[in-house]
Amino acid sequence: MSDLTSLTLAEARDAVRSKRLSSRELTEAHLAAMAAARPLNAFITETPDRALAMADRADARVARGEAGPLEGLPLGIKDLYCTEGVQTTAGSRILEGFVPPYESTVSSQLWRDGAVMLGKLNLDEFAMGSSNETSYFGPAVSPWRKPGSNAGLVPGGSSGGSAAAVAARLCLAATATDTGGSIRQPAAFTGTVGIKPTYGRCSRWGVVAFASSLDQAGPITRTVRDAAIMLGSMAGHDPKDSTSVDIAVPDYEAAVGASVAGKVIGIPREYRIDGMPAEIDALWAEGIAWLKAAGARVVDIALPHTKYALPAYYIVAPAEASSNLARYDGVRYGLRVPGRDIAEMYGNTRAAGFGAEVRRRIMIGTYVLSAGYYDAYYLKAQKIRTLVRRDFETAFADGVDAILTPATPSAAFGLGEKGGDDPIAMYLNDAFTVTVNMAGLPGLSVPAGLSADKLPLGLQLIGRPFEEETLFALAEVIARSAPAIDLPSAWWSATAPAAHR
Amino acid sequence: MATASDSKLIKGATGDWEIVVGMEIHAQVASRSKLFSGASTGFGAEPNSQVSFVDAAMPGMLPVINEFCVAQAVRTGLGLKAQINHRSVFDRKNYFYPDLPQGYQISQFKHPIVGEGEVLVDVTPERQIRVGIERLHLEQDAGKSTHDQSPNQSFVDLNRSGVALMEIVSRPDIRSADEAKAYVGKLRTILRYLGTCDGDMEKGSLRADVNVSVRRPGEPLGTRCEIKNVNSIRFIGQAVDTEARRQIGILEDGGVIQQETRLFDPGRGETRSMRSKEEAHDYRYFPDPDLLPLEFDQAYVDALAADLPELPDAKKARFVADYGLSPYDATVLVAERDLAAFYERAVAVGEGRDPKLVANWVTGDIAAYANAVGLPVHATEITPEQVAGLVDLIVDGTISGKIAKDVLALMVGEERGAAPRDIVERHGLRQVTDTGAIEAAVDAIMAANPDKVAQVQAKPTMLGWFVGQAMKATGGKANPQAVNAVLKGKLGI
Amino acid sequence: MSIDQATVRRVAQLARITLAEGEVAHLQGEINAILSFVAELDGVDVTGVEPMTSVLPMRLKRRADAVTDGGIAPLIVANATASEDHLFAVPKVIE
Ligand SMILES: [Mg+2]
Ligand SMILES: [Zn+2]
Repeated sequence: MSDLTSLTLAEARDAVRSKRLSSRELTEAHLAAMAAARPLNAFITETPDRALAMADRADARVARGEAGPLEGLPLGIKDLYCTEGVQTTAGSRILEGFVPPYESTVSSQLWRDGAVMLGKLNLDEFAMGSSNETSYFGPAVSPWRKPGSNAGLVPGGSSGGSAAAVAARLCLAATATDTGGSIRQPAAFTGTVGIKPTYGRCSRWGVVAFASSLDQAGPITRTVRDAAIMLGSMAGHDPKDSTSVDIAVPDYEAAVGASVAGKVIGIPREYRIDGMPAEIDALWAEGIAWLKAAGARVVDIALPHTKYALPAYYIVAPAEASSNLARYDGVRYGLRVPGRDIAEMYGNTRAAGFGAEVRRRIMIGTYVLSAGYYDAYYLKAQKIRTLVRRDFETAFADGVDAILTPATPSAAFGLGEKGGDDPIAMYLNDAFTVTVNMAGLPGLSVPAGLSADKLPLGLQLIGRPFEEETLFALAEVIARSAPAIDLPSAWWSATAPAAHR
Repeated sequence: MATASDSKLIKGATGDWEIVVGMEIHAQVASRSKLFSGASTGFGAEPNSQVSFVDAAMPGMLPVINEFCVAQAVRTGLGLKAQINHRSVFDRKNYFYPDLPQGYQISQFKHPIVGEGEVLVDVTPERQIRVGIERLHLEQDAGKSTHDQSPNQSFVDLNRSGVALMEIVSRPDIRSADEAKAYVGKLRTILRYLGTCDGDMEKGSLRADVNVSVRRPGEPLGTRCEIKNVNSIRFIGQAVDTEARRQIGILEDGGVIQQETRLFDPGRGETRSMRSKEEAHDYRYFPDPDLLPLEFDQAYVDALAADLPELPDAKKARFVADYGLSPYDATVLVAERDLAAFYERAVAVGEGRDPKLVANWVTGDIAAYANAVGLPVHATEITPEQVAGLVDLIVDGTISGKIAKDVLALMVGEERGAAPRDIVERHGLRQVTDTGAIEAAVDAIMAANPDKVAQVQAKPTMLGWFVGQAMKATGGKANPQAVNAVLKGKLGI
Repeated sequence: MSIDQATVRRVAQLARITLAEGEVAHLQGEINAILSFVAELDGVDVTGVEPMTSVLPMRLKRRADAVTDGGIAPLIVANATASEDHLFAVPKVIE
């Protein structure tokens, strides 16, 4: 592994722009790291030829003095973003081999700004999961291990490939998506930064839909500054998405390092849940202390409907998913499993094409929307969303600028440890993150320390709609205050040659 | 206003039955592009050539609404004197079918854009009924599957997928096949006046789902069957009658009607059950999370209302009041906006024209000619100016009504485009009103036919024979009134 | 609320997912676990609360009525398992 892969996105940007470093060198270093890191299974599809061609074009633009904001910077793209001419699977067998003839708005903005695509990153199937273990293409593995242990850990999910690849320095940054915590939870598990922006901030056009009213694109990076740079390119109005907002994209990077003196930080007592590990509580207290030391004012707030957000989420998200995933019927693209007639073809295709978790959620979603149950489940859950959002609005109206919570109830767990026959155990991972999606707010996870097992832990900042800048400023304070979090040595790289022999 | 009259009841073996019909009309919005995508709505294109990634429901595709379609739905609502809802919601109607690429249709379920309204329907020139409109909502059309190209495959073309439809739902206020036909005809007229739908049933721009039930007069509503996608006004009438008779047959044999979806087969003159639509549906409607509620203010509605054309009912009333037309003529003339405009132009060219005579010509010989060449009146080579000229020639006595028919024939023949007055001059068709010439002709006829002269004294109906002879002798150009007067004088009758 | 196996089968049919016989009991258990998890909402009073219909308070975007798309039939059918003359082919549907 080369030192080039240890650069931050900002450092690499400055080096390429000042011609101290070519995009080709940078890209080759990352391609080599990817090749050596296949045991992490972070990528579903690697696109080295495309990456080098893009790098050469970037270098030509730099030479002409036309460098864009991300010129020549190699990125990984979550395989939920449709990429023109490159297989896009959503982590599902039903889309294996699907090659979109179009490019998602968000990824096209990255290419517009000069970035280089290294490949498509692993994820939970249709982004449904919190460990990346539901991927048809096998689980992505965290580069983290407990000291002295060879047991594999999950990178979190659903953006597990994104988090693993960024943490393991396989790409400078990655795109991700977050429906109930799928950016923030894997970022917390892997010691990376992840931001889910305000609903409507990034276009959903060309991103495979899971739950339309909750899905939002965002980046996973190694620093707060890098997240700000990435979001600056990913965000923006898209006339092709009716829920995309026409508000100018601020200079997010300028917010990194800005003073937080006088900012009012709300601490919601409802996030102090039963059975929460003491180390999480301690981390939270530290975060509060760091923000106070930076001049922020900390107040206790009440978000009384917090505990209803997760059960309501597990009605709304499956309901929307059951409808969004109806298009995977074997007719126009994707897997087709024959049957004696059309009905059997549908049933066989969808039974074989979807994995257990996706089938389970489609079933739940279909049930809660079915005749006689709509009011009791879906309608009620949407009313509870109103209550959840109202809680936040009340806090913001009282002068709170941002809310600080733990990002996850625990550090990363082992591969195969959760889930299985008990879906609820896995669902509880999203307890702290899901409220943000239900209310459409921006949320950011920033590494803040290590667990007793020396695994990363993150804190979450929740902001007012479209005030991502506040989150970047606060997150930078936490990142600078927190102890350095050093990735274990590249154990995966050592095993790579063996795997190839 | 007529109420249920005996004439509409159907005689069964065991007594009278009343037909009850309600309709769901799917009217394609006359837009260039689809409801939620920028693909064309043009008719008859190559397979899947008018399909965007949105229409094919490719992963990650999202809908964005066509503002023109919204405006047309509101305008149609205004034309139906209906409640316009300032807030409506798009829902997903979920079901699987190969020509439904999303696996759901975007429609409006709980909150449609247009609420209650009504249509005044002329069943005959003398008899009108009111048909209540329950709602109008916007929705996407599906694609088209063909099942007869191969023994084991169906083929799917998505060109229609996503085309904007207005579904107009009537109350069950219709009581006969004739009323059903008249209702659809009137609705079609209103849509065409508004320009919100071209009403072309052959191309599928207007399709009717006909809900038919029967009952004993005065009884509560019976179980209905829905006859899907009937695509001509004539077939709507046939479908209502056929289905009503089928139901009466079952009921009179002691059976019960199964609520089901049926298809009308015009070739066999029967309706049959649609097996594919048989299974119990559970559409799982919920608000489409890719779209927000559709909201607009009263100012938006007012602006559209201010721009609305005069609609057929108002135009008909004006024609009767201003032009003294019979309700029948007025109804015929307002059936098509272009025809009414043609008529009004013909009346308005020059001065002092007899509007009733113009109406007779437009709805009579000119309509007959247009029908013969398969064109609407306004699209034939005959201009309103020519009609005005022709009527003026009749009124000022230059030609007779009979000669006018010859002038019309020349107008659409060798004298295409010429002014009627010029045609008359060039062909020497000017009517002979010179009594001298007529008297000479009559004298000659009387001299040659003394026996007939004797007979006509006793049998005045013989006069017709003399008129005929006189007209023949003058090459048809004699003024018929003048011939009559001369004959009566000379024959002493 | 909990569901029986007949409901599991009916829901699978609505969702067009063929279930192997052995899966029914298994799914029933999982679905019932989730339903009892969401039953926590039963106690919440939502009287007078409007359901969330749009995440953000904004006006629905409208586009002009112009033909800006289409003419890409080869791309539309490019990923299809079976197509002929730019038409999608499916097992025969009986109407
Ligand atoms: Mg209908
Ligand atoms: Zn409809």
